Amino acid sequence: MSWIDIGPIEAIPLRGARRVRTPHGCVAVFRTDALEVFAASAVCPHRGGPLDEGIVHGTRVTCPLHNWVFDLATGQAVDEDARIDTFPARIEAGRVLIDLTRLADRAA
Amino acid sequence: MKRKLVVIGAGMASGRMLEHLTEDAPDAFDITLFNAEPRGNYNRIMLSPVLSGEKTYAEIVTHDDAWYAERGIACRFGEHVTRIDRARKMVIGQRGELPYDRLVIATGSAPFIIPVPGRDLPGVVTYRDLDDTNAMIEAARRGGAAVVIGGGLLGLEAAAGLKARGMDVTVVHLMGHLMERQLDESAGYLLQKDLESRGIRVLTRAATKAIIGKGRAEAVLLEDGRTLPADLVVMAVGIRPETRLAVDAHLSVARGIEVDAAMRTSDPDILAIGECVEFDGHLFGLVAPLYDQARVAADTLQGREARFVVREVATKLKVTGVNLFSAGDFAEGEGREDIVFRDPGRGIYKRLVIENDRLIGAVMYGDVADGNWFFGLIRDRTPIEAMRETLIFGPAAAQGGGAQDPLSAVAALPPEAEICGCNGVCKGTIQAAIEGGATDLGTLRARTKASASCGSCTGLVEQMLQLCLGEDFKAPTRQPICGCTDLTHEEVRRLIKTTPLKSQEAVWQELGWKTRNGCHVCRPAINYYLLADWPLEYRDDPQSRFVNERRHANIQKDGTFSVVPRMWGGLTNPRELRAIADVAEKYAIPAVKVTGGQRIDLLGVRAEDLPRVWADLNAAGLVSGHAYSKGLRTVKTCVGSEWCRFGTQDSTGLGVRLEKLLWGSWTPHKVKLGVSGCPRNCAEATCKDVGIVCVESGYQIGVGGAAGMDVKATEPLAQVASEDEAVEIVTAFIQLYRENARYLDRPYKWLARVGLDWVRARVVEDRDKRARLVERFEISQSVYRKDPWAEQVRRHADDFAPLADLRLEAAE
Ligand code: SRM
Ligand SMILES: Cc1cc2nc3c(=O)[nH]c(=O)nc-3n(C[C@H](O)[C@H](O)[C@H](O)COP(=O)(O)OP(=O)(O)OC[C@H]3O[C@@H](n4cnc5c(N)ncnc54)[C@H](O)[C@@H]3O)c2cc1C
Ligand code: SF4
Ligand code: FES
Repeated sequence: MSWIDIGPIEAIPLRGARRVRTPHGCVAVFRTDALEVFAASAVCPHRGGPLDEGIVHGTRVTCPLHNWVFDLATGQAVDEDARIDTFPARIEAGRVLIDLTRLADRAA
Repeated sequence: MKRKLVVIGAGMASGRMLEHLTEDAPDAFDITLFNAEPRGNYNRIMLSPVLSGEKTYAEIVTHDDAWYAERGIACRFGEHVTRIDRARKMVIGQRGELPYDRLVIATGSAPFIIPVPGRDLPGVVTYRDLDDTNAMIEAARRGGAAVVIGGGLLGLEAAAGLKARGMDVTVVHLMGHLMERQLDESAGYLLQKDLESRGIRVLTRAATKAIIGKGRAEAVLLEDGRTLPADLVVMAVGIRPETRLAVDAHLSVARGIEVDAAMRTSDPDILAIGECVEFDGHLFGLVAPLYDQARVAADTLQGREARFVVREVATKLKVTGVNLFSAGDFAEGEGREDIVFRDPGRGIYKRLVIENDRLIGAVMYGDVADGNWFFGLIRDRTPIEAMRETLIFGPAAAQGGGAQDPLSAVAALPPEAEICGCNGVCKGTIQAAIEGGATDLGTLRARTKASASCGSCTGLVEQMLQLCLGEDFKAPTRQPICGCTDLTHEEVRRLIKTTPLKSQEAVWQELGWKTRNGCHVCRPAINYYLLADWPLEYRDDPQSRFVNERRHANIQKDGTFSVVPRMWGGLTNPRELRAIADVAEKYAIPAVKVTGGQRIDLLGVRAEDLPRVWADLNAAGLVSGHAYSKGLRTVKTCVGSEWCRFGTQDSTGLGVRLEKLLWGSWTPHKVKLGVSGCPRNCAEATCKDVGIVCVESGYQIGVGGAAGMDVKATEPLAQVASEDEAVEIVTAFIQLYRENARYLDRPYKWLARVGLDWVRARVVEDRDKRARLVERFEISQSVYRKDPWAEQVRRHADDFAPLADLRLEAAE
């Protein structure tokens, strides 16, 4: 595992998300509760909608373009045959850490 | 020969360790125990009952003088250890040094003090030991106001204790809800409500700026400028491990003193236990794991093999009458699922978090009877597939458990709650009528008038019938808002007004939402209802809005945005046009288009450019056109009597006046207006939500037009002689629509439900009602009639760029 510190937890609105640019595409970091975060691909597999701009509810996000809903824990789309990549994320001492090893591996 | 064991700190961890050690091997060590506090070990967690007066200090002492004497432990209480000399294996106390063979550091933790001015004033205390507790009891004796900074476990116990001792208590908490480490928003909401009902004031999202006072604390100043008088200030914002001795002795220290699973520090002769340690990245703040550490340390000292493992902890709050329970992990884990249960009538909330067929977390409020059972499932990693369906109802439900009662929200209302707003009929009246024989909707309507006017409360009235008559009443099928609730839009709107409910957390809990925090369908609707009904109390939640309304621009299919500045009544000038042209060039905006709404659209703006584009437009006096909002869009005008040879009135002027009055307001769906100067109707006023056609004798006001998916001509609402009256009627109409329509119903759809007569009675015929509608609209506009772009530029400009850019780092 290699954890990357991307910023303080307050930088992500509660029930919201922020985008992180990586060499292999954009990742969205979602804050689903005061101290609960998830990281996943920011790009909707339907037609490329920006998932970080979606409404975050429970541990899900709804794509802002055509309302596909994704489970952030598994990446699985609800009632659609599609999924997004998910990545480990956690909070430590008020900082958000994500691990993108899987993303880099896939790109390599 | 006995070896020499020195222990630093007589707290809960070392106390337990000494119990094990002196029991297992009474003769193995010569033990000396240092403690900074001038006393031996007591049950620190019971300080809160001492503070509240439910217990005395004597009752919470765990080890008295006799206990230490019987075990031959030399006590050096009231003496700080100032240094550890590892080279000479010597502990240096304030009253002299002492050699050791083995040393145990158990110094606990120190309260964190936020670095604000005034933190050192007399009257500012922390909450850690008996002296702090006594200082608070002493302060409470003098009465007055207390401010507790920090809404976590310790802060709330302090607040409840001080309240019990008669102080006027306010809790100031930085985060959005109380005890955010242990509770989610819903449980936090219930906790806050409970504390408030005991007279404790709770301010969330409140940051402390300074403690002010001459010679002693007199008040707490918040970042937002509010001042809270305070004779006593309790700082309970967190703890940090007490590691100073270890750092000075060059032991390995991260956030806490690092130990291995045998509780050894980087020096094998020195052990550390309790809140001062860090193990495998974990810190500790509750006693259960510390007792495990104490057991392991006692074994290690005796040369026995033992390993400490981190286990789940459960939290309760020791405030009499507050029942909450939280256990397990919410912050990490993949592949999880929530189960939520709420019983609004009894103030109960339960949430379970499941991952891979195992329970990993539980939050409960109100009814915590099953807490330990859930905790057991979490700790033992019991597979739960077989009982998944009934799990939330606890161990008893295995034999068929009670499902949630969909009527509980109505059942919970007090008799004086108003069910029918039009006719002012309250729950008690309806109940009495049903008991008096009105057992169907028609009779009930005839006798009480409930739901006899606009009809939007019909669902609630039917639920009352169902509640009183049980199985005998068959409620017609209804369309709930979404899968999160069984209630319809109308019912939720009504209950928000009558209960009353003023936050989303309140709606979810009191109306028995089946999910943790709604979904993309209900959240925008609830957010709208709350801000429309409680404009001054409710704070708009951008996270419950569709992206366009959160970003204040229209999202495009490629993720860029379009920007439409307002052009009042379709009027513009060279200065504005120049500013738009400059912005388009400066930010390389790919397309500029004239819209169907008489203004200009800049298409394809990148998200991170939005704040700068707006700042430039603002500088030229241009504000948001809300082309993205469920709110006032455009007021389309024609040239009217100012220029046109047929114009009868100043249609352009009236359009501008209306737009300046109405802009910024949020509505159930978008609202478009048109004002034409004569019946030739060049502004297409007759297919707008509100359309005014000017005639020689005055103004014809039509409502309910549309030209989108449905095309409809307006229906005549009123004809008036003066411009002022026209403006008043239009405002009242829009406020009536704001207060009553379902989210996402354009006015024509809402009119089809309530009828034009019902509307006319309120906005045209009854001048009193009209005036009150206008007044309520103005109150709402005092909050919302401002440019959201300027606000975004000022407060949130940074949020438009990515949080981090890892492309460069990777390249290095
Ligand atoms: C920009 C504009 C088209 C243009 O280039 O002229 C436009 C663009 C959009 N319209 Fe429109 N409408 C525009 C004038 C109209 C008009 C004409 C008018 O207002 O005079 C209508 C018919 C009149 C009416 O509303 O009754 C119109 C009826 C709709 C509808 C159907 C509404 C309905 O109740 O049936 C939608 C869909 C919706 O709102 O749910 C819609 C939705 C949209 C959205 C917001 C689609 C979306 O959700 O993303 C389009 C955004 C495009 C973008 O990315 O910027 N647009 N739209 C016009 C902006 C006017 C302005 O200055 O604000
Ligand atoms: C008001 C309150 C309520 C709590 N409620 C709960 C609860 O409900 N449930 C729960 O699980 N936990 C609760 N806790 C937390 C629990 O009390 C702690 O986790 C526990 O006491 C930590 O034990 P410890 O032995 O590590 O440290 P402590 O019990 O703090 O003992 C450390 C001792 O070391 C002494 N010391 C420090 N430095 C030196 C030095 N240089 N020289 C000599 N002595 C030194 C200190 O004076 C102190 O007496 C509560 C805590 C407080 C303050
Ligand atoms: S008609 Fe309106 S919603 Fe449809 S494509 Fe054109 S702009 Fe978009
Ligand atoms: S692009 Fe996400 S749902 Fe269509």
